Amino acid sequence: MSNQTENLIKGGSFLIEDVNYDQVFTPEDFSDEQVMIAKTTEDYVVNEVLPEVPYLEKHEFDRSVKLLKSAGELGLLGADVPEEYGGLALDKVSSALIAEKMAIAGGFGITHGAHVGIGSLPIVLFGNEDQKQKYLPELATGEKIAAYALTEPSSGSDALGAKTVAKLNSAGTHYVLNGEKQWITNAGFADVFVVYAKIDGDKFSAFIVEREFPGVSTGAEEDKMGIKSSSTRTLILQDAQVPVENLLGEIGRGHIIAFNILNIGRYKLGVGALGGAKRALEVTIPYTNQRQQFKTPLSSFNLTKEKIATMASKLYAAESSIYRTVGLFEERMSKLTEEEVNGGKAVAASIAEYAIECSLGKFFNTEVLDYVVDEGVQLHGGYGFMEEYEIARAYRDSRINRIFEGTNEINRLLVLGTYLKKALKGDLPLFQKVMALQEELMMLMPEEPGDEPLAQEKMLVNNGKKIALLAAGLAAQKFGKEVEKEQEIFVNIADIVANVYAMESVVLRTEKAIAKNGLEKSNQKLLYTQIFCQEAFNKIEADAKETLVAAEDGDMLRMMISTLRKLTRHTPTNVIAKKREASVKLIDAEKYVL
Amino acid sequence: MNIFVLMKRTFDTEEKISISGGKINEDGAEFIINPYDEYAIEEAIQVRDAQGGEVTVITVGSEEAEKQLRTALAMGADKAVLINTEDDLEYSDQFTTAKILAEYLKDKDADLIIGGNVAIDGGSGQVGPRVAELLNIPYVTTITNLEINGSTVTVVRDVEGDSEVIETSLPLLVTAQQGLNEPRYPSLPGIMKAKKKPLDELELDDLDLEEDDVEAKTKTIEIYLPAQKQAGKVLEGELADQVKELVSLLHNEAKVV
Repeated sequence: MSNQTENLIKGGSFLIEDVNYDQVFTPEDFSDEQVMIAKTTEDYVVNEVLPEVPYLEKHEFDRSVKLLKSAGELGLLGADVPEEYGGLALDKVSSALIAEKMAIAGGFGITHGAHVGIGSLPIVLFGNEDQKQKYLPELATGEKIAAYALTEPSSGSDALGAKTVAKLNSAGTHYVLNGEKQWITNAGFADVFVVYAKIDGDKFSAFIVEREFPGVSTGAEEDKMGIKSSSTRTLILQDAQVPVENLLGEIGRGHIIAFNILNIGRYKLGVGALGGAKRALEVTIPYTNQRQQFKTPLSSFNLTKEKIATMASKLYAAESSIYRTVGLFEERMSKLTEEEVNGGKAVAASIAEYAIECSLGKFFNTEVLDYVVDEGVQLHGGYGFMEEYEIARAYRDSRINRIFEGTNEINRLLVLGTYLKKALKGDLPLFQKVMALQEELMMLMPEEPGDEPLAQEKMLVNNGKKIALLAAGLAAQKFGKEVEKEQEIFVNIADIVANVYAMESVVLRTEKAIAKNGLEKSNQKLLYTQIFCQEAFNKIEADAKETLVAAEDGDMLRMMISTLRKLTRHTPTNVIAKKREASVKLIDAEKYVL
Repeated sequence: MNIFVLMKRTFDTEEKISISGGKINEDGAEFIINPYDEYAIEEAIQVRDAQGGEVTVITVGSEEAEKQLRTALAMGADKAVLINTEDDLEYSDQFTTAKILAEYLKDKDADLIIGGNVAIDGGSGQVGPRVAELLNIPYVTTITNLEINGSTVTVVRDVEGDSEVIETSLPLLVTAQQGLNEPRYPSLPGIMKAKKKPLDELELDDLDLEEDDVEAKTKTIEIYLPAQKQAGKVLEGELADQVKELVSLLHNEAKVV
């Protein structure tokens, strides 16, 4: 790679190095064009898609196909496709904004995401010239629709355990595929599937499979709990005839495509979850203003204010951290040379670089979404349980997000696993940092933050990083090679890391906003930051304590606990008061506001 | 065909509006293209696509209006002109705006000028007709259909819900009523192209106008929100009794009969 990439922020490095606010991308950095793109998408979804959702929920998928075509006419399918193949070659931020706004429509957002993301991207990123020429122009307009077929009945998270096989025919012209791919989004109408199969039963590879190829068919439409407005079917391959030129990437290297596409899918899902959560708040707050009990609007009750402000502070964290990650991608991908882009390898390396951030964004944001829709239903009371209220659908639609694109458990396990791998490979000086920290902690005196805004939150972020390193170092030292069996500790550490990343993201974003617009205009952001950091830090403390107790005992444990106590010593923020204050603007605007 | 659109940046009246210090609070307000001007832009684009020519969108205002001009360019207009009065004028009214626009337009050989029938903020509906008057060209307001055949123009005008068909000729100024068309979304390719389209910025000086030439003819004395609507009363009981009660309420409480 060129020397330009040397200045780029390394994946996972936020735990080890501090960055300035001008090194992170925040939503306040959106360009005018990006804001316009978001608006066009939102207007399109609200005016054109939402009225169709009741029909889509009843599986009237000819409407989905029409909507995708009209989305294509507006350019909403071509963001990630290069211009020479009929796309718009937009930046990653624009592409993320489209995904965020599409998510307003629930299952249709999934339809869109499966098409432009996991469906089309393997060809964009790993296709050869002929494949790009042949497929991308029609995918960019929506004339053809794409799907992604990885999961099988017996292999979900264990993707490489796929049983679908491919065998070259005797003439050497076609691969013959046999197997079943399960729960394939868009399968009801997709024209092109990216399918994974093992050549000769052992070489995991990717193929572009057209619906019209002999031997390709789909099963019955699944009856799902949520995202009913997206099509989900089994893709059946019975002696399916796939021309040899439709092999995608190299033989036996399908996992490179699969895992990198998954990484992108993950952060995009984090973006989508953000969009869904904003929408949930946008339908919930007006309800709390209209609905009266005891002759008082629900929004006048302090407990309602508490709920609304908590939801919004979590949303702020989800938004700040996911766009920070998007910014990292944009920064790195935009520096690739044309040659590197076409080679595929550098692209894969760029994506893999931020695997940790992708996993964090996936599980953190989908759980924010789940929290927000759950409280959204709660604030609707009994009406929230009725399907005529949008929040009921949002609640059902949310649930799958914690399962697909790698369950949240798998994504949590990946965090420490990836850190340890990066440390062993020498990509990140994790162990050095841990050792330096252990020395530092012997002499540690608790800090007293200053009075200036964000001083306390910065201290919490700082100490949160130390706690994460302490816990990760302890786990690695204590369990050695067996550490992977300590899944509970892995999960605790992943949660600590996710909260640290989110806390740092909100602090930097708010700091940037204060520097630019002053304290007064950034007050809502400051409130969210104070609320979120306090609550996240409480969680960090609990996760750390549980981890220490599981890993150590006796005097060593007592020493560790005392270190943790020093690292967690602070005068807590009065979050009840902060939430009441933050709720005022939210209840007035009837939506997530800053 | 040389087409001009008169556009205004307004706050979104669907959002909550608050007033402080006798002014509408712009903090946190959302700003949009005046919705009636969106019809005007759409119509201009459609006429250009059918007849050829060029669409120029003009606004009088501050630098902030650049966003709305870019949106118009993203919808498909060819050029945009911002007449920036921020530094020159503290207060302006419909006369001011019309005078500036007419001064700009007088040597532009406009065939067709389209504006919104009314702006949703000020709501005067005067700027279009005043510009036509100053340019000495015919105008038709609140139009719902426009057909151009050579220099003959057939316009359907909305008259309080009825339609009036008017035949007139170019050059012409019309103002758009809801129903004229369905404004398009700025497409993503349109948004990207808009970046490169010309957006000129002028000041009064560039039009050889002095502040006195455009001094407002009116003064705004006060701005206030409509009074909070009181909860209504639902009468119950026999119909005859309800009528009696209603009459007595109108007479004694509301004191309107």
